[in-house]
This record gives sequence, C-alpha cells and structure tokens, in this order.
Amino acid sequence: MHSTLSQTAKAEKSMSATIQKIDEHVVEIISDSGEGAQTAGQMFGTVSAKMGNGVWTVEIIPAEIEPPARSTAGASGNRIRIGAENITNAGDEADLVVSFNDQVLLGREAAGEFKPGATILLESKWREEREPEIVSVYIEAHDRLVAKGYRVVEINMEEECRKVVDNPQRGKNIFVVGILSCLYSRDLDIVRQEISKKFKKKGEKVIQSNLDLLDAGYQWAEANLEIRYVIPAPGVSQAQVVMNGNTAVALGTVASGMDVCAMYPITPATSASHYLSEIFEDVGGVVHQAEDEIAACAFALGASYAGKCAITITSGPGMALKTELMGLSVMAEIPLVMVNVQRGGPSTGLPTKVEQGDLLSAIFGVPGDAPKIVMAPATIEDCFYSVITARKIAETFRSLVVILSDANLATGQQAFLRPEFREEWLAPPIDQSPLPVGHKPYAWDEKTGMSSRAIPGQLNGLYTLTGLAHTGSGAVAYESGVNQESSRYRSLKLAAFQKTLKTPEVVGDPEGDLLIVGWGSTKGAIEEAVMRARKDGLKVSSMHLTFLQPMASGIREIMQKFKKVMTVEINYSDDLADEIIDEDNRRYANLAFLLRARYLIDVDCWSNVHGQPMKPGAIEKMIRSRLK
Amino acid sequence: MFGLKSESVLKLDQEYHELDEYQGKESRWCPGCGDNGILAATQRLCRDEQLAPEKTVFVSGIGCAARFPHYMGTYGFHGLHGRALPVAQGVKIRRPDLDVFVNMGDGDCCSIGTAHWIHAIRTNMKMVVMLHDNNIYGLTKNQASPTTPQGRITSTTPYGNLLKAMNPLTVTLGVTNVSFVAQVVEWIPDLLYKVLREAYNHKGLAFVRILQRCPHFMPTAWDQLLSNPDKIAVMDSPDGVQLSDATAKIYKTRVAHDSSDLNAARQVASLEDEVPVGILYRNEMVPTYDELRRPQRLPEPELTEEILNRSFDRFGIFPSTSSKAGD
Ligand SMILES: Cc1ncc(C[n+]2csc(CCOP(=O)(O)OP(=O)(O)O)c2C)c(N)n1
Ligand SMILES: [Mg+2]
Repeated sequence: MHSTLSQTAKAEKSMSATIQKIDEHVVEIISDSGEGAQTAGQMFGTVSAKMGNGVWTVEIIPAEIEPPARSTAGASGNRIRIGAENITNAGDEADLVVSFNDQVLLGREAAGEFKPGATILLESKWREEREPEIVSVYIEAHDRLVAKGYRVVEINMEEECRKVVDNPQRGKNIFVVGILSCLYSRDLDIVRQEISKKFKKKGEKVIQSNLDLLDAGYQWAEANLEIRYVIPAPGVSQAQVVMNGNTAVALGTVASGMDVCAMYPITPATSASHYLSEIFEDVGGVVHQAEDEIAACAFALGASYAGKCAITITSGPGMALKTELMGLSVMAEIPLVMVNVQRGGPSTGLPTKVEQGDLLSAIFGVPGDAPKIVMAPATIEDCFYSVITARKIAETFRSLVVILSDANLATGQQAFLRPEFREEWLAPPIDQSPLPVGHKPYAWDEKTGMSSRAIPGQLNGLYTLTGLAHTGSGAVAYESGVNQESSRYRSLKLAAFQKTLKTPEVVGDPEGDLLIVGWGSTKGAIEEAVMRARKDGLKVSSMHLTFLQPMASGIREIMQKFKKVMTVEINYSDDLADEIIDEDNRRYANLAFLLRARYLIDVDCWSNVHGQPMKPGAIEKMIRSRLK
Repeated sequence: MFGLKSESVLKLDQEYHELDEYQGKESRWCPGCGDNGILAATQRLCRDEQLAPEKTVFVSGIGCAARFPHYMGTYGFHGLHGRALPVAQGVKIRRPDLDVFVNMGDGDCCSIGTAHWIHAIRTNMKMVVMLHDNNIYGLTKNQASPTTPQGRITSTTPYGNLLKAMNPLTVTLGVTNVSFVAQVVEWIPDLLYKVLREAYNHKGLAFVRILQRCPHFMPTAWDQLLSNPDKIAVMDSPDGVQLSDATAKIYKTRVAHDSSDLNAARQVASLEDEVPVGILYRNEMVPTYDELRRPQRLPEPELTEEILNRSFDRFGIFPSTSSKAGD
C-alpha cells in the first residue's frame, strides 16, 4: 500500500520541474465540511487577485452544515478560476483538484466537474486507516480515477503537517495553500500577508503555525512535484476590490444611503445581512432581523413610509411570503427595494444552488395588476451599483424595485474597480418641511403617473395610506372608475421609467445567424462562449438584459436582425425531444416566455436546472450544434 | 434670545389642537358599534396630550376595527390583514419623534397576526396597541375568531364553535419582555380613556385589550356583563387608574392588585367568572428595542464615505501589492 504513495512521489520527484505557461486554470479544493477547504480556496483566490490575475471563485457548499464525513454528496470547498486576463465567470471543468478524501472527490467527478486527465492531489492518509472498509473504499476510488485517466498524486498531507504542528487536521488547508503557491508560482509575501490577516484575531502563535504550514506545503511541493505553472498577471494598475456579490449588495446598501434593512435569514441571501450588520450601525443604519419574511417586509415598508426608502433582502421562498406586501408597496406607492438572491426552486428546492427561476414570479407573482420594476445584476460589481440605482428609482417613481441576484453572484468572488464614493448616491435626509395646504397624497401627473409623497412629520400632508383602491386624495374608492384611473397611473409610471432606459448592447455583430439573450449572472459565461464560437467564424452574438420589467426600447429591432434568437437560462424548460412535448404544450424558460409574449418573436431557449453556474464550454457546444 | 430655549419659543407659538382636529373622515361603522367609543376616547386622549397631528401615526391591519386610521385626523397606515405590528415597528424604528398607535381586530391580532403579536411584545417598542376584541370577524361577516366563545354559532361554526376561546391577556402576559397589559370595555368611557392615557404614557409597548360590542353579528355577546356590572372586576392598585365617582358607583367589584407583580397579573388575567379591567401589569424598566437600536451616530455623507472606504480597504487590491506577478 505504502509503495504506491512513495512511487508516485518518487516518480514526480525524479523529473525536474518544468514550468508551463498557461492562460488560465480552474483549481478546485474540496473536503468534508469544516476542514477548511473553503478558506484555502478563498485565500488562494484573493492572493491571485492581488497579484493581478483575473479571478472568479465559487463556493462549493453542501446543503447540510455537517453532512456525514466522507460522503459523495458532502463536498465542501471552493473552485477558483485564475486567468491572465479579466475573468467574468466560473469557467469550465477543473484542471487541478485538491481533495481531502476520496469520496467527495468521487461525487464531484460523477457530476462531471473535472476535465479529462485533470491533476488530482489526493490526501492519502486513508490508506493507513484502521478500518479496513475505509482502506478498501479508498483504494477502489483511487484506482478507478487512475483508470479513468486522471493524474492522481497521493500526498499524505496529515503526516506532512504533523512535522510542523500538533493538530494536522486543522492546518492542512494552509499546507495546501503552500502546495498551490508553489505549483502556481504565487507571491509568498502576499500569501503571508493574507495568512496574517486571516488569523489576526487568533493571535501571533496561530499566525506563526500557519506560516509554518505554508512553508511546509511549499517546500514539500518543491521537493516532490514536477508540475509548475505560470499564469501571467498583467498586474494591478488601478485600485480594485475583491468580494462576493452579497458583500457587494451590503456595501451597495450603505452607499445608497438607505438606513433600514429588514430581513429573515435564508440561504443564499443571508450573508449580505451578515456583513451589513457589521458595519451598518456605524453609519446610523439598522439591520432588523424580523420574526419572518412577512414581518421583515412589513417592517421595511413601515420604515419607508415614515422615512427613507428601506430594503429587504431575501431568496425565493421569502419573496413568496412577501408577495402580499409587495402588492401593498405597489398599490400605496411606498418605495421599497427588495433583493432576491435566487436559489433553486420551487419550494425549499436547492437552497445553496443557483437558479434563475424567480423572474416571472418577481414580475407577475403579485395577485392583481402590480406594475413594478425588476432588474438583475450580471456581475459582482453590478451587485454593488444596482442597490444604489434601485434606491433612486424606488424613490423617484414611488415604486417597488426588485433586484434579482442569485447564488452564483452571492458567493462568487471577483475583483472590480474600487468604487469612488459620490455623495449623490445617498438618499437625501427625509423632508420634514411643511407641504402646501391641500397637498394630495397622490397628485398623479396626468402624463407620467408620478407624484410626490408626504412623510409623517410634514405639516399639511396628513393622509391615511391604504391598500384599498383610492383616489388621488387618498380616500378609499367607493365609486367605479377610480380603480381604472389609479391603475392607469401606476402603470404609466413604468412607461415613464422605461423611457429612461438605454437599449442593451450587442456583443458581436449586430446581425447574424443566432442571438443569445441572457440576464443575470450568466453574462460572463454567455459572452465567453459567444466569443469562442465567433473566433471560429460562427455568426453568433449575444445581448444581456439588466432591466427585465420594463424592458428597454430597441430590443425587438435587435432580435429581428438575427435568423434565430434563443435565451440561455438556469431555468427549467421542456425539451421537444420528450415524446409528449410539442409546440402546443412546451413550457419555455422564464425569459424566453417573456420575450415571446412581449415581442411576438419565436424565441427559443436552452436552459437547465443542474444547480450550477452555466459553463461557457457547455454553451459553446450548444451554439456549435445549433449552427451546424 | 431672552435666555429662552428655542423649543420653548416654539411651544409658545404653537396653537392649541382642538378635539375636532383629530377627526378624520366620517366613520362608517355600524350604529352602536363599539369602535365609535374607542375612536372618541382616542381622539380625546390626543387632544388632552396635545399630540401634533402630523407627528402621530395610526397603523392598522384589515377589518372593521382597522378602518380606525381613516377616522383620525393624523397620519395613518391602513395596511394588510395581520401585519399592523411589524409595519408600526418599521414606522417607529427611525422616528422616535412620532407617536405610534396600532388598532387591530381579534382576527387581525390573535389569528393571522399571531407571530407578530408575540414578537412585538418581546421587542417592546414604544407604542400603544389596541386590540378591538368583538369576539368575531366583523368585516368578513360573522366567522369565528380565536376569541369567539365555545359553542357560539357563527357562519363557519353552524353547529357551534368547538374550541374554547383563547385568552389574549394570558398569552400577552406570557411573552418575555411584556411591559404593559390592560383590559377595558369600551362601554365604560371613563375607564377606557384613563387606561388609554396610561398606555400612552407608558415607556414601551402598551397592550390594551378592549372588549368591543358588535351589535350586528354579536348582539348578545356581552349581555351578561352589561346586565350585571358586578361581573366586571376593577383592578384596585395604588398606581392604577381612579374611576370617577359616577363610574365607581356602578362598578363595585374591586380586586386588590399589584400591577408590578407579573404572576399576580397572570392570575388575574386568568379569571373565568369575572372580567378584570384596568391595568394588569406595568413595568417601566423593560428595555425597549427602539432605545436599544437607537443609532449612536446620525447618517452623514462623510461618515458613509469613511465606512465605505474602510470596507474597500479591507477588500482592496492596491497597485503596489501586485509586484512579481509572474511575467
Ligand atoms: C390575507 C387576508 N386574508 C383574509 C382577509 C379577509 N379578512 C379581512 S378582515 C378579516 C377578519 C376581520 O376580523 P377582525 O380582525 O376580528 O376585525 P373586525 O372586522 O372584527 O373588526 C378577514 C378574515 C384579508 N383581507 N386578507
Ligand atoms: Mg373582530
């Protein structure tokens, strides 16, 4: 048994290290929960970003906090895509995998997450496990992966770590960072800085032992492994920030000048409130954890009514609970920003995984006619700015603005230009000056439906807000005609807002054989796939929508210039290949449904709900097959 | 100027708010509906406390009782069935300057809004909460509510209500952080007014259950109490409300009660044969969420910029750190 390990190590060692220059790599670090693979991955990603590489990291999260050890469904960790240039998405299958056990590895392999022939650095301590069952399972897994053509390098990580620390189980992840730092020629100064930062709260001793582990990993790799990569980094010429989408939403909330966020914990939205809770009070804000999502939304609406526009952050099941209040926000024209970090659905669905299935429910989910604005960030940077924009729109149009983020953006880390604060981002202090006598709570503008609201405290503004149909003076409507009229004004506001929207840009030529339309977090993957296909001369372009409701002008004209239009979405849609599916009963993915309904264009869709970010390679393959 | 604080100058300038200023739209409740009396007592309270109408907000849910804000000459929020309390909390959270009142029916508060009721008591934000308890769903026409008596025939219990009525007082008194619980009947205006006034002056959430007549659907609900005033047990406590002589002559049953004693309050609240009225429990020392969450600093652009920049630093990548980045 032992011999395999030493043979591998020796085999690697006997060759002198050759340095390979590559444009990009996808590295995955996986373990059981709580073994630190996520920390290692994030650190590796941050270091790479700081060196100036393009980076996108994705968390690999099991649904349970501590799933059974060594189970195929229990992989926890991080996937890091590093590139010489800007990276806009999670990329394709992994090139190099570090795994702390054979079973999580098998799970990810079966899910098709590894490139053929990928390098796998595998913890080999399992060969010496006392339980024969574990040993035999390990060997079987190992042999199977080798037979499949993966380049498996066994490393007894714990044994190596034990040489520098007492409890190797805890520090193994930093040992791995050491290995990767050697393999990918990372700047050790930056790595050391990150380690000091990470363990600052735990004290000097902990920092030192982690620095020792880093060195141990680095030296072990230097002595035993022959692989070395260099991913050229253009360097950082301007200050940047690297964070995930939820942190960006939190910072966007601060930057918007809103001061009340009401929420109820729900994956994958919660971490936005975690970060916000840390800093919001410092700027006079408050994060209120309500007893449920209904209360959270009601609290936010109450705060908006009596002050600045407020925000509520949730995910699909939470948005479902807030539905009635969304209707009230629309009906009573109380500004509100709602972030929905989408996860797989329906019901509890895939709590930690990405999907874009809430588009139609965000637009149409409220009973009755409830025109509202729905927008979607496509990048981490967008997550920051969209909150600022949404707050402004909500106030200006006395409207509900729903921001549809998703699990991919929520946990994905990407670097973007460091925002420069502008005072105009901030909500102005609430107006407490007296209103003119006779001020009406809904003095709807005849053309745009817009009106200005009175805030409690303002003299001459007294009114009772109601979700019942009401007149311009806020009186409950008992006469017919009032509802028709007020519905018209609420709808006109959307049209007025729509007039301010810019036509989306087309990536690629403005005409061709195929136009891919996307929205939300899939942008990077779609555009990368389109660019790859275009390199081979395929006449494909793409368009990405930020505003889903209302949609900008000019979209129809863009679509008409292509022979075929299709959406790419992380959504379910029926497959015509299924025996009983035909054009009469086929259910389209959310965006395709919308585009077909609005533009009377035969928009097709390619979509799936694997709970994973779209891979550019898969989209590219689909494009090639469609244009054959 | 003249050593006067600016606030006092303002005070001198301020005009007196007459009772009719607190009158909003004309009420559309049924003749004889107990809500009319609650409205009158509340308007009187506003006048006597000289609440600035523009600084006063009445929040309600949906139901007959929930029409209340429309009939007040203040700001109002007539929201959704069951959701008045979290809305009111949101109104209050950044506006300590506003006086907040909440009006809910028994369905509103004790059925669809139960979770909010419990948690609002626990958060204990400063506001007056009135439970208009007519033992029935009025607006939707005669369905059983959680406080409908056992055996009562309603539209949804044509063979009699199977369940015993819930006791909102014991429920409220069971919640951590409860700080003020009172019960009144709307047909004793003197008591109603005095208890509401105490509620208004309470530091925290004051929960007042008001037994309310619904002549339309529950014409006989309170017959026993109306015909036999002795069944109404007035809390007699040193810090309690003092009945006027006229009222005191009619309501003679007294219960010596220490309203600072939570266990005693729970016991009194559980009385089955008599209906306790007055202040059952009061504790000014319970922390209020609005105080706990009061911002240490007020929002200012410079502050926001500073905090944002600190975060950007924390997540920052600086040109200087990208050194030997491969080639
Ligand atoms: C979500 C929702 N469910 C149901 C209703 C219908 N509804 C309106 S008021 C009400 C109950 C009213 O009873 P109560 O709260 O006791 O107030 P009352 O009319 O007796 O004053 C119900 C069930 C509603 N408006 N909204
Ligand atoms: Mg009722």
